[in-house]
Amino acid sequence: MLRFLAGRLYVMALTMLCLSFVVFYFVNLEPNLKKLAVTQTEMRVTDADKENWLQRNGFRDNFFVRYGRWIGLVAKQPVVDPATGQMVPRFRYCDEPSVATVSGVIQGDFGCSTAFRDKVSNRLPQALKATGILMFWVMIVMIPVALILGVLAGMREGSRTDRSISSVSIVTSATPEYVSAILFTALFASGLGWLNGSAASAMTRGISFYNFTLPVMTMAVYGVGYIARMTRASMAEVMTSQYIRTARLKGMGFRQVVLKHALRNALIAPFTVIMLQFPWLLTGVVVVENIFSYKGFGWLLVNAASNNDIDLVLACGIVSVIIVLVTQLISDIGYAFLNPRIRVS
Amino acid sequence: MMENVGAFGIITGFASSFWPVWLCLAAVFVVIYFFKKQLGIFGRLFNSNVGILGVILCLFWVFTAIFADVIAPLDPRVQVSIMQNAVPGSINPDTGMVFLFGGDLLARDVFSRVVYGARIVLTIAPAATMIAFLVGITLGLPAGYFGGRIDSILSFFANLVLAFPVILLFYLLVTPGIMETWLPYALGGGLFVFPTLFFFVLFYTRFYGRNDKLVPYLAATVIAGGWIWMNLMSTSTFIAKLNDAGLTWIGSLLNWRIFNIFGVDPNELNIFIAVVFASAPGVFRIVRGLTLDIQTRDYVAAAQTRGETPWYIMLWELLPNARGPLIVDACLRIGYTTILLGTLGFFGLGMGPESPDWGTTIKDGSQVAQLRLYYWQGVAPALALMSLVLGLNLLADALREESLRD
Repeated sequence: MLRFLAGRLYVMALTMLCLSFVVFYFVNLEPNLKKLAVTQTEMRVTDADKENWLQRNGFRDNFFVRYGRWIGLVAKQPVVDPATGQMVPRFRYCDEPSVATVSGVIQGDFGCSTAFRDKVSNRLPQALKATGILMFWVMIVMIPVALILGVLAGMREGSRTDRSISSVSIVTSATPEYVSAILFTALFASGLGWLNGSAASAMTRGISFYNFTLPVMTMAVYGVGYIARMTRASMAEVMTSQYIRTARLKGMGFRQVVLKHALRNALIAPFTVIMLQFPWLLTGVVVVENIFSYKGFGWLLVNAASNNDIDLVLACGIVSVIIVLVTQLISDIGYAFLNPRIRVS
Repeated sequence: MMENVGAFGIITGFASSFWPVWLCLAAVFVVIYFFKKQLGIFGRLFNSNVGILGVILCLFWVFTAIFADVIAPLDPRVQVSIMQNAVPGSINPDTGMVFLFGGDLLARDVFSRVVYGARIVLTIAPAATMIAFLVGITLGLPAGYFGGRIDSILSFFANLVLAFPVILLFYLLVTPGIMETWLPYALGGGLFVFPTLFFFVLFYTRFYGRNDKLVPYLAATVIAGGWIWMNLMSTSTFIAKLNDAGLTWIGSLLNWRIFNIFGVDPNELNIFIAVVFASAPGVFRIVRGLTLDIQTRDYVAAAQTRGETPWYIMLWELLPNARGPLIVDACLRIGYTTILLGTLGFFGLGMGPESPDWGTTIKDGSQVAQLRLYYWQGVAPALALMSLVLGLNLLADALREESLRD
């Protein structure tokens, strides 16, 4: 078990290193740097000024040196102020030191967001917390609904309940977040006026049924169909197995069989599916937070990416990759724990 | 207040606009009715309601894409200023033309935009899925069959792409600035070689030693593959980039008329590459898994004892036996690609702001003010996208049921 874990952690670290390198390469492509220079200097500057700005702030240094700075192996250099000749911090609004210091991701410093003019470490935890709250409610709604629907459908395969639940779940799994968001908003917010079409007030005035239902509903709907279908398939398979027939033949009631024997084994597969659903939810989070203007992680990611905010994009990338890899790991380990037939060696 | 044809008028107008689609659907059903037995699994699809509904929805959009010029009354980019934010069914007082799904913020006909949007989605999504499949198959088969180091390396890279959040990948890959670098062309050029490679190996292993067949097949593969490759890559931005780098001879080669038969818009090429890149690793994983499973069968062992080459076994023994799950996955994946394209349009990535694709139209319609007062602008393309994906999912479901029955 320990060897398995160590191996997985090693691959995870390697994956993260590679991905951070790839993202770093992308955000430092020439057109992206130019875009950054335009947004960071005054609007009407000459190409020479832009070049100067990039030069001065160290964006023209060797690629690997800059990567080393970001990751925390090479010292970050302050900038020489052309007017006074003194050493000044690179980005004043992030109170970076005015002496060369080694401070990167390894040291816990995620750098400076140029779009928000703030430290990444000031922005990211807040956004993650907001998204965490959203995800919590999505899970609370999505998982029980999906599991109950799936179990009900798979319990008696081919019955009328099964067919109607299956139709519903196939429709919801064909509805991406941006489609359901529009349909729900048009219906519940614009048409009936029951709910708020924006979740912006959830950030300032707290979460309420009125402002939070639409985002949660939108995100849950896409996942419910998928998880319910997986649960149904798994339940249907379990219901045809030998031990269920034995239990039925010895005179046990249908309810008892389902609750005592079938359920536990039927829920192993959906567990993996739910865990692997997290990366999908990440895309959903980005869409939903931007539609309902809820300032969480997804909103931050889109703003960082569209402004080519180098450090923030990198930090968001790292966070999402960690989420994906950790959920994969949990799903593998959890599967092994839940299923007595599988032993990790 | 503008004249309106009313709900009944909208429904009849909608039904009559799609006359070529109904005609073709009827023709398809007549053909299927008579030749059901000969069509194998595709004929048996029509035994279940799920299958019929799936086929109808998919074919509806396919024919809509083909006959978009006939169905749509207006060009999707044309602005009729009087019809700004017009309600569905409004009649243009100047020309008497009905805007079935109303007008949008820029006074364009929502109905025409949705119809033309089908054309964009239904060219990019299936084509990208097909190339992603050929890439995934060409790499997944050896990974599963040989295992060992090839497998670990390829799997590592596949997992790398899969661990990447899709939305961030698109933000990085589909920015307009990236067209100024070599990256999309290198990536695209590499990915578009795989179809040729696949068919080359396919025919080579089949006809090895029979030169009368081998030579023409391989020549045809290389010529067709090369021609398609050149057509895909001959975008204005790539040629400009080549000329800048002093490689004018390649640029002028790409400029030849025969290499511009189907011109690809640079933006669309970029999207195409990104979508292929994002979905190929998923196919790779599935093919690898299927290979590992099928490899243990007796007929593979028999082929090995006969002394067949590994690539012959992979392409002519393993692949045909993996076709069931692969066809099902292809249907689902086209749907998923449709959703991805919508996401791209929704975030305003790649597609031009005027583009009639569904994602962009949904984005325009989902602005707070638009959604509150003029909901149809977002709802119409949203329902279109949903129905296409639903059709593909139903088709996949029906195919799975039928292939399990075999």
